[in-house]
Amino acid sequence: MEPYEGLDFYDIESLLSEEEIMIRDMVRDWVDEEVLPNIEKACEDGVFPDEWRVALGEMGVLGAPLKGYDCPGLSYVAYGLICQELERGDSGLRSFASVQGSLAMYPIWDFGTEEQKNYYLPKLTSGEWIGCFGLTEPDYGSNPGDMITKAEDKGDHYLLNGAKMWITNGTIAQVAIVWAKLRWSNSWFHR
Amino acid sequence: MKGKYSLRASVTSELVFQDCKIPKDRILPGVKGLRGPFSCLNNARFGISWGALGAAMACFHSAKTYTLSRIQFDHPIASYQLVQNKLAWMLREITKGQLLAYHLGKKKDAGTWIPEQISLAKMNNVDIALDIARMARDMHGANGILDEYPIMRHMANLESVKTYEGTHDIHNLIIGKHITGIQAFTRTI
Ligand SMILES: Cc1cc2nc3c(=O)[nH]c(=O)nc-3n(C[C@H](O)[C@H](O)[C@H](O)COP(=O)(O)OP(=O)(O)OC[C@H]3O[C@@H](n4cnc5c(N)ncnc54)[C@H](O)[C@@H]3O)c2cc1C
Ligand SMILES: Cc1cc2nc3c(=O)[nH]c(=O)nc-3n(C[C@H](O)[C@H](O)[C@H](O)COP(=O)(O)OP(=O)(O)OC[C@H]3O[C@@H](n4cnc5c(N)ncnc54)[C@H](O)[C@@H]3O)c2cc1C
Repeated sequence: MEPYEGLDFYDIESLLSEEEIMIRDMVRDWVDEEVLPNIEKACEDGVFPDEWRVALGEMGVLGAPLKGYDCPGLSYVAYGLICQELERGDSGLRSFASVQGSLAMYPIWDFGTEEQKNYYLPKLTSGEWIGCFGLTEPDYGSNPGDMITKAEDKGDHYLLNGAKMWITNGTIAQVAIVWAKLRWSNSWFHR
Repeated sequence: MKGKYSLRASVTSELVFQDCKIPKDRILPGVKGLRGPFSCLNNARFGISWGALGAAMACFHSAKTYTLSRIQFDHPIASYQLVQNKLAWMLREITKGQLLAYHLGKKKDAGTWIPEQISLAKMNNVDIALDIARMARDMHGANGILDEYPIMRHMANLESVKTYEGTHDIHNLIIGKHITGIQAFTRTI
């Protein structure tokens, strides 16, 4: 097939910063060179190639819009462009990056303590660790507010009981953001 | 999980917690209630509104290239009105989706967005990407079902993307509530 050309009928590129264009092109080239030649095999085998985790970390695109704690601190437009290029390769690849950046890193970045941020974020943005996000349950998908996973306060720890389903990166993750009910109020945990 | 026809290059799992001890310093203290997960989802959905366009553009590119080179009835099929109509529709929807995504990106950067705007972009861009993938599949004829082309893979993937991060219907209900002020998720109003 002819080399890929992005479609840009209304010249949106003219609105992008130099940095945004550079990042888009970097990810686009990587997808051409490393993803497209290997994607059908990955799908056939039903695996997410571990080299892709490493490369995403090295390119500095995980948790793209987050600032501080070694995170890239890019614009949301740049984050969008990264997603666009990754998904031009495969939605599963973009899912990996979405879950890592927006669903695992973001809550730590926004709601975590300083210690938690310093501990988790550098390892997640570098790709050393994989994160996942557990909200959906077998019986609660579109209505997560009715979830039955709960965490009981046992004094020096919490006791977590429940099941999460359809969790992207679930079994390959080192960090899990798990949403659970804490008695009468909702609260959430990561482990 | 086994048996997926979609997002096969992504790991999807079930996690079961049985009397799982969580040290107290592992709780994220900065938020209570559903605002926590929803604020994460807002960022992921924003990314999806761009990502879906990437899949759509891959399908458009393949359809354009294929129909320009495929000869039927003595001419490239891209020279037929029905095919041009499809290509024009794809370009039209991708362009609208790009303007939506770009403007929303600027609003995210400026901090002037509302969640309903993200719902609209996620819903629209995934919807058109899926339609574009299906149309591109048709335009490749029998070749469209082969893994030699990315089309069928994108098409199957986008079915998941339509469902996760708030289904297409749920985003319609979010926007419907925004318009009318009446929630239509449950019977109790
Ligand atoms: C590949 C994949 C990866 C995923 N990854 C994750 C993940 O990492 N973390 C996570 O937490 N979840 C994940 N999910 C789960 C996903 O978010 C849920 O599948 C989604 O929220 C829908 O829930 P459900 O599947 O239970 O469908 P349901 O909620 O049972 O919906 C079924 C149908 O009913 C419709 N519906 C539901 N409620 C209403 C209503 N009130 N009115 C009208 N129609 C309604 C829906 O629109 C849909 O069409 C993933 C899913 C997939 C497929
Ligand atoms: C799984 C499978 C099994 C099959 N089994 C058999 C079989 O047992 N025996 C057999 O003989 N064949 C079989 N076929 C072939 C099938 O009949 C052809 O694929 C079909 O006729 C379309 O031809 P094509 O794939 O060459 O597509 P093309 O003819 O190249 O069409 C590509 C696209 O261009 C459009 N197009 C073509 N011409 C025009 C035009 N003039 N104006 C506007 N648009 C146009 C088409 O509608 C289509 O969207 C099979 C196909 C598949 C996928």
